[in-house]
Amino acid sequence: MDDQKKLTIIATKGTLDWAYPPFILASTAAALGYEATIFFTFYGLQCLRKDLSCLKVSPLGNPGMPMKMPFGPKWFQDISWNIPNIIQAGIPWYEDVATALMKKTIANNGVASIAELRELCQEAEVKFLACQMTVELFGFEHSDFIDGIEYVGAATYFEYGGEADISLFI
Amino acid sequence: MNADKELDARGLNCPLPILRAKKALAEIGSGQVLKILSTDPGSVKDFQAFAKQTGNELMSSTEAGGEYTFFMKKK
Repeated sequence: MDDQKKLTIIATKGTLDWAYPPFILASTAAALGYEATIFFTFYGLQCLRKDLSCLKVSPLGNPGMPMKMPFGPKWFQDISWNIPNIIQAGIPWYEDVATALMKKTIANNGVASIAELRELCQEAEVKFLACQMTVELFGFEHSDFIDGIEYVGAATYFEYGGEADISLFI
Repeated sequence: MNADKELDARGLNCPLPILRAKKALAEIGSGQVLKILSTDPGSVKDFQAFAKQTGNELMSSTEAGGEYTFFMKKK
C-alpha cells in the first residue's frame, strides 16, 4: 500500500541540548502524519533512560553556546558570560550548575522538557529503536530504559531507513 | 468567526503549539473549527505548513499586539 510519509532519525548525542532535535522533529513529523522512527545509538541511548537527570549540558569547549543568566533584571540577563575554558574546566560541578541554568532558561521560554517531548513522541506512536550493541558496550541494562523500546542492530535500522522519505543523523 | 473548540497555546514554544493543535483537532469532528491562540512568531509559518501537509484548512491567521490567532477547519 502505503503512501504514508516516513521519517527516520539516528540519534547519537547524549547531552541535554542535543536530546532536543530528535524528539522535536519526530513528534512534529508524527503530527504531520509521518510514520517516525528514531534509532538511538552510542550516547543517544541516554535519551531513553528512565532517569533523564543523566542529560546535562556543558558550555566547556562549546563556543556556540550563549552564556546568559535566566533570572534577575534585564541588564543582568543581557550580560554574556565569556568564561575562558581553562577556568570552566577548573570549577567543580560546573556542568551541574550550567545544566540547572539551562533548564531554567528552557522553562522561561515555554520550551518543553525532554521528558514531555519523549512522552508526546510515544503518544504519537513514534517508534523507538535502541542499538543493542552499544547497550552492551556501555554496560547498560534494558531495565535502565523506558518501556516500549525495540533492541535491534544496524540491519533493522535499514529496514526503516530504506523505506524512508527523510533520514537524519543527529 | 465561530469556533467549536479553542486552544490556548500562548507562552508555548516550538513544537508545542503544533503538537497541541494536532491533539485538539483529534477531539473535534470533520468540518468543525479550532481556534488557536499563540505567542510564538514561528507559529505563523508553521501553521501554514501544518495545514498544507495535513489537509486541514487554515481559514485565517491574524496578529494583534504580539498574539497570533488562527482558525483551522478540520479535514
